[in-house]
Amino acid sequence: MLHFIKKLYYGDIPDANSGAAPSSDQQQAVTDWPLWEVFIRSKQGLDHKHVGSLHATDAQMAIENARDVYTRRQEGVSIWVVESKYITASNPAEAGELYEPAADKVYRHPTFYDLPDEVKHM
Amino acid sequence: MGMQNLEELFQQKIDKEVKIEPKDWMPEAYRKTNLRQISQHAHSEIVGMLPEGNWISRAPSLKRKAILIAKVQDEAGHGLYLYAAAETLGQSREQMINDLHSGKAKYSSIFNYPTLTWADMGAVGWLVDGAAIMNQVMLTRTSYGPYARAMVRICKEESFHQRQGFETLLVLSKGSKEQRAMCQDAINRWWWPALMMFGPRDSESTNSDMSMKWKIKRKTNDELRQQFVDMIAEQVKLLGMTLPDPDLRWNESRNHYDFGEINWDEFWQVVKGNGPCNKQRLDARRKAWEEGAWVREAAQAHANKQRTRKKAA
Amino acid sequence: MQQALLDYTLYLADSALILGQRNSAWCGHGPVLEQDIAITNITLDLIGQARSLYQYAAQLKGGEATEDTLAYLRSEREYKNCLLAERPNGDWGQTILRQFLFSCFQRELYTWLAKEKDAILAAIATKSLKEVNYHCRWSGEWVVRLGDGTAESHTRLVTALENLWPYTGELFKGADYEVALGLDPATLHTSWLSAVQSTLEEATVSLAPHASCFMQLGGKTGVHSEELGYILTDLQYLQRVYPGCDW
Repeated sequence: MLHFIKKLYYGDIPDANSGAAPSSDQQQAVTDWPLWEVFIRSKQGLDHKHVGSLHATDAQMAIENARDVYTRRQEGVSIWVVESKYITASNPAEAGELYEPAADKVYRHPTFYDLPDEVKHM
Repeated sequence: MGMQNLEELFQQKIDKEVKIEPKDWMPEAYRKTNLRQISQHAHSEIVGMLPEGNWISRAPSLKRKAILIAKVQDEAGHGLYLYAAAETLGQSREQMINDLHSGKAKYSSIFNYPTLTWADMGAVGWLVDGAAIMNQVMLTRTSYGPYARAMVRICKEESFHQRQGFETLLVLSKGSKEQRAMCQDAINRWWWPALMMFGPRDSESTNSDMSMKWKIKRKTNDELRQQFVDMIAEQVKLLGMTLPDPDLRWNESRNHYDFGEINWDEFWQVVKGNGPCNKQRLDARRKAWEEGAWVREAAQAHANKQRTRKKAA
Repeated sequence: MQQALLDYTLYLADSALILGQRNSAWCGHGPVLEQDIAITNITLDLIGQARSLYQYAAQLKGGEATEDTLAYLRSEREYKNCLLAERPNGDWGQTILRQFLFSCFQRELYTWLAKEKDAILAAIATKSLKEVNYHCRWSGEWVVRLGDGTAESHTRLVTALENLWPYTGELFKGADYEVALGLDPATLHTSWLSAVQSTLEEATVSLAPHASCFMQLGGKTGVHSEELGYILTDLQYLQRVYPGCDW
């Protein structure tokens, strides 16, 4: 049987498949504010990038907390937040079937094609 | 796939320097070791706000006040990044905080020493943050992905801390007779506790072996401590101050500084809770948490009301 | 005229510094990590504003004056901060409400100063306004959360309002230096009140019981509550014990 660790937050594999039972010290009711994932665009023209997480009661507070926590040194110009429980993640045990088939498709990469030097800017 | 096979695959990944991510299979002991270490690290950042916070109201200039506040606030940020990294291993922040408050979880003993004068702000930055940075730079390459990424972010911010600490002492070292005495006194008090931050000697450390094999840690306690002594023994000359160790001298054959024996009895006493400020620090953390309970509940209650209203609308 | 401008600048600087000093006590003691960081950002903004203002005041004063001599070497009777700024932190509710009442006032004041003829004050006001707008938003949202949160948080907010409201009148009563400069803060009252009222309404808290509240005066002219002496004792300790040192 695959022995996955129990992960409460990161858009998880359904519980039935998620392996180890929670240890007893995690049973206690949790009153933490919900966890949010934060994505920041460091400057115009770049993608938003995952920078970390934080707790907030709602989306508005999550944006403001992200501003206060993750942009203290002008690290960003735009913030996305999403509550962590809404992220669905791929299963690492399936990494082989998901990603390896792409490995032999070299023809998808531009360097696969030999062109005469005279052809510029292509 | 059998358990053994999974463990072998796991170790192969570690050996090939492939990072372990939250959803990957990992031995339970690896999860626990990381959880313990990351949460301890987070607690240290949070408790570490207190000794420096002690001087915010009394900082001697507006510039120093702003710098100190920004620095202590950075520590809150670092604690937050680290709690988030630990949460990926399946424990809630609240549970970790409860463990801190119950005394079950540990934090760095250095913060159980008092900050008695303004010069301590310099000594803490230079020596304590300096010692922490040695550990933290190593941890940017640790095998658990979320921890390594948190450390990269922290190290970027941390280098300002050590520099401002040294600069604070530099100003004092060039100041009045009282200021110079204050500077030397702070170095005298913080030197040995800073050396203790690297933990027990390698021969006595219980967690090092597996931590090294799994590349959670990459250098031993003694290696890091030596590196630190070599660095500080040179820097202290620039301050025109001395380190309180009569055995400190350059050893040509080892190409390192030799240094005296740490008072291990004091080390274990402070770890066990008998340091000068253990009780005070934990009490302050508990008080903040307990007095904040109604605030956290109110915010959650309001958010729930808002959601209900939205649905009704 | 120069003296009035200096006094006025000191009033603005002292108010920002004293509130910043008060808020800074939360650093490391906040109710939740994210908010500990948030209020500390506001603290840093306030101290930054105070520094710009003191630097300008030092220039007006001339001689050996610096931002630090002004902040560290003036006594209780020379400080001109509004009384609201020196009110104790109390619980999170009182701190939040104090910030909200003050930030809303700063927003009106700086918007107004940004268009005034003194170019340096106008520049400081313009720069600070961005910060202040965020302070209003952050503290206003917390006022609503507490007022419309649990029964306990509602009660605590109402108590905070009772404690703080008597210190709001002073903000709109011109001190001699304001009169001399022709800057009458009474003109800011209507828009301030309507902003405060609309947030309090959202927070389900009524201002009606305070309609005819007796207002405390004095801070702006150097007659403070007993609190200020202790604040300055802390703030100025090192400069007073080791005079003339560089830090």
